[in-house]
Amino acid sequence: MSGQTSAMRLPPQPGEVINRGEPVEFTWNGRPVRGYAGDTIVSALAAAGERVFSRSMKYHRPRGLLSASFHDPGCMVQVGDEPNVRGAHRLAADGIVVTSQNTWPSLRLDAKAVNGLAGRFLTAGFYYKTFMRPRFAWPAYESVLRRFVNAGTVSPGTAHLRPEKRHAHPDVLIAGGGPAGMAAAISAARAGASVLLVEEEHALGGHLRWGSEADLAVLAELTGLVAAEPGIEVLTDAVALGRYDGNALAILERRHGGAETERLIRARAKTLVVAPGLIERPYVFAGNDLPGVMLSTAVRRLINLYAVKPGQRAVVLTANPDGDAAVADLKRVGVEVVRVEDARLGGDIVAATGRAGVRAVQVADGTSIACDLLVTAVGWTAPTSLLNASGDRPVYSPQAARYFPDAARLPENVLVTGGIAGDGSVEELTGHAAAVGAEAARRAARTAAAWIAATPTARPAAGTGAEESVRPIPELPVDAHPELFAGRTNGFVDFSEDVSAKDLRAAVAEGFRGAELAKRFTTATMGPLQGKLETVNTVAVVAAATGATIAETGTTTWRPPYVPVTLAALAGRAFEPVRYSPMQPWHDAHGAVPLVAGAWIRPDRYGDAAAEAANVREHVGIIDVTPIGKLDLRGPDVPKLLNLLYVNKWSKLEIGRVRYGVMCAEDGVVLDDGVTGRLGEEHYLMSTTSSGAATIWEWAENWLQTEHPDWRVHVTPVTTAYASMNVAGPQARRLIERVTKDVDLSNEAFPYMHVRTGQIAGVDDCVLWRIGFTGELSYELHVPAGYGLHVWQTLLDQGADLGIHAFGVEAQRILRLEKGHFIVGQDTDGLTRGFSAGLDWAIKLDKDDFVGKPELAWQAAEGSGPRLVGLQPVDPSVVPEEASLIMEGGSIVGRITSSRMSPTLHRSICLAQVEARLAGPGTEVTVRLPDGRLIAATVMPQHAHVDPDGGRMRV
Amino acid sequence: MILLPCPWCGPRAATEFAHIGEVSVRPDPGSATPAQWRGYLYLRANPCGWTSETWYHRMGCRRFIKVERHTETNEVRSATAAGVAEVPGTGAGMTEIPDATAGARAGGAEIPAGGPAR
Repeated sequence: MSGQTSAMRLPPQPGEVINRGEPVEFTWNGRPVRGYAGDTIVSALAAAGERVFSRSMKYHRPRGLLSASFHDPGCMVQVGDEPNVRGAHRLAADGIVVTSQNTWPSLRLDAKAVNGLAGRFLTAGFYYKTFMRPRFAWPAYESVLRRFVNAGTVSPGTAHLRPEKRHAHPDVLIAGGGPAGMAAAISAARAGASVLLVEEEHALGGHLRWGSEADLAVLAELTGLVAAEPGIEVLTDAVALGRYDGNALAILERRHGGAETERLIRARAKTLVVAPGLIERPYVFAGNDLPGVMLSTAVRRLINLYAVKPGQRAVVLTANPDGDAAVADLKRVGVEVVRVEDARLGGDIVAATGRAGVRAVQVADGTSIACDLLVTAVGWTAPTSLLNASGDRPVYSPQAARYFPDAARLPENVLVTGGIAGDGSVEELTGHAAAVGAEAARRAARTAAAWIAATPTARPAAGTGAEESVRPIPELPVDAHPELFAGRTNGFVDFSEDVSAKDLRAAVAEGFRGAELAKRFTTATMGPLQGKLETVNTVAVVAAATGATIAETGTTTWRPPYVPVTLAALAGRAFEPVRYSPMQPWHDAHGAVPLVAGAWIRPDRYGDAAAEAANVREHVGIIDVTPIGKLDLRGPDVPKLLNLLYVNKWSKLEIGRVRYGVMCAEDGVVLDDGVTGRLGEEHYLMSTTSSGAATIWEWAENWLQTEHPDWRVHVTPVTTAYASMNVAGPQARRLIERVTKDVDLSNEAFPYMHVRTGQIAGVDDCVLWRIGFTGELSYELHVPAGYGLHVWQTLLDQGADLGIHAFGVEAQRILRLEKGHFIVGQDTDGLTRGFSAGLDWAIKLDKDDFVGKPELAWQAAEGSGPRLVGLQPVDPSVVPEEASLIMEGGSIVGRITSSRMSPTLHRSICLAQVEARLAGPGTEVTVRLPDGRLIAATVMPQHAHVDPDGGRMRV
Repeated sequence: MILLPCPWCGPRAATEFAHIGEVSVRPDPGSATPAQWRGYLYLRANPCGWTSETWYHRMGCRRFIKVERHTETNEVRSATAAGVAEVPGTGAGMTEIPDATAGARAGGAEIPAGGPAR
């Protein structure tokens, strides 16, 4: 750089986007570089005289500016800890640290460039053929090859971003903010549509921005009109990544919140207008990747946007007016244009030569001309990505030497305008776009009316949208353009992947005779540019090699995303809402150790869980069971629903009674369990497992809505409408008596497995269930959620002299294991059918029908599947870890599903699934502990280890 | 992201729905053979073409709906309450649904082919 900070900076240009009053300074491979606000990283470097910005992927050839846009294959750089930054797009900023990617020892002298000398060994298919064998060596190959790839480095210390996502519902979404996109937006907005105008560059205007004085005047006018329409929202530095069913579009905003932070917008557009313009195509010839070989648009962007002189002595190959305009621009700013090869008159470029940049160019007549800049203007690629995703198959026009949308295949809700649709003057293009914008607005209004008409709850629309007549869209002219793809020498087709025309011909010679096949064999169009510069040339080279036409060869398929997107933007913020019970403030104040249980945060314990459990057995305990699923069921057909969902019988449940029930799925596998109580003639309250609350609600609704829509049942989820707590222990009745009004709590009046409603602690409409998950005398109280904390606190205050202590989920798990109650999903799994869970007593196969009945009938007949059993290790001090295997010789014959040390029995207790033949009481089995030790354990007569007769809970 | 024409809520993004699966007829549990029952449990036609499937408007009205969808084009030609499938056109089941808006769709009127988006 030799200290020159503005070697190539031109005097002010009419359309320049740099602010000379605001200098910025950053470092490039450790050296300071100065530019101006508005510069891209690469325009600032080019102004400072830099020409080489990266090394190519395979051969490590020096690469410079080609397109001077986001899609510039040679301008990927590392910025701080961010790899693969598109340096010709990313704005220069004060203090950023920019380095070239994967060059060693330096960008200028890259040792890996020896690959270029060995290039004839690195042709297409080289990797596949060379590194295939031996297969075990691939990891070693890969780690070496990875060092040759020109990608940046990822830093593990990078801050994890959690960008928000946004949803947008524009009437008309316009992809492309050039003159056509702007004109379409203005006309659509004037027709009453809400418009989202999405532009990839940092400002609206497209090619007008680097155009003539007349172009700049049109740009100023359009910009003013867009700004004056409140119905237009403009997103710059944003790209439509893809179009999906129903005109859903993923929009990537690259700069959000004033920082280089990506944000994803999920847009549902009623009409999509595709107006991306055209991408200039490189020409294929020897040396076409040398720094100093540039597209005409790159030259014009450098001069007119960034006031950077692209070179000193230029040769220009032009086939169109844009090339001619580049010649004029070059001459205007003092570049010596030593030769113009006009392709329309037979001009051509044979080869460019030089080492770190162009030194000379050989032209069609064989003369060699010394220069440092070679500009090509040989035609355009239509970026049809969004159209491909809409079901369109672009068709090739030999006259125009580019692809056009197939209007017949475009869906109703997609329109095209601008360069992708045709040529013409700026006036013709904006005129076409204005008609397209109006028609897009009309179609959007019609869609909106149809959506409203299809929504029974919506207010009727003002109109149907059908009364407005179709806006005629004029045809755009199509200019003749010579077909120029690959010249007479071998050059690069895909600059990102270092694929040459020779590689593609080799692929064809090996039998990969179509564009899609040759693409996969050579990786052409599969690099970071994803075909934007190289697709048409790839097809053209393959076509020439096979002797087919371009139309016959077909094109490769553009797939989303159109540009790279960070995983952070796709992932967005994680929404993981959690639920707390109304008693959470008390839990917090009393040292509750939190347990994540599904969507809930519950107290696992307050102190010593075993002591909490023992207190329940000796005195009385209270646990917050609010997460238990609760469904309020009303209607005359509730018994039918219960009989269908549960495996046991429900027809004769009397008012005031509670029954335990188990649900199986249609495959007979245990789905959920809980109790249901009958509160009134047609009023039931069902409880489900905590984790099954949402599932069972939908399960019940599914059966009601799809199989039995004639049943009169209302299902209302009331899980969070009630705060639930279980008071358990020998002193439970004495405590409940102190706080309850109007409920006779005597064992005779309110026995085990009954339900009452009444007032607790002054709170009306509470539900009391006398049930016993813990195996003690216990009452489960469901109180209106707003009073939960009050009732909880009252019970603790009133129970102080009775020895009450709160207990957590862990103590409850100990207590229920002592009682042998299984937990669905812990002691059962996705294969555990009803009889395997020991539900022989509950499953009523004499019922006409219930969910899963046939499978359970067959299981009963076959006696198949494992059995859940109570199990006690012979050594009472050993607690085999849950999921420990039960072995027989070398075979697995079961596993421990639950295990704890019982504070009541002072010994280890388990539930286990074992093969049916081992389920007999007294059977001795062998448990393998995680450390490999084998211990003996005995199968018990029943699941319950404590009080198997259940006397304690019936007192 | 296809739009599904919910008979109660109008066209909504498919992300609001849970896809329950192909509509499968439940065999008579009293007489079904294991082969018939397991066919009902596990076998799906998975056609390339028109299929009837159940969707659940989980993020909306929480109704189960039956949707006729073309699996290749995602075109939807009808969307009705799930429970009225057996007696098309009669509105069986519909009148029983205690829903204020059900009357607007009584009779299982079909959404126009292709839905309003096209």
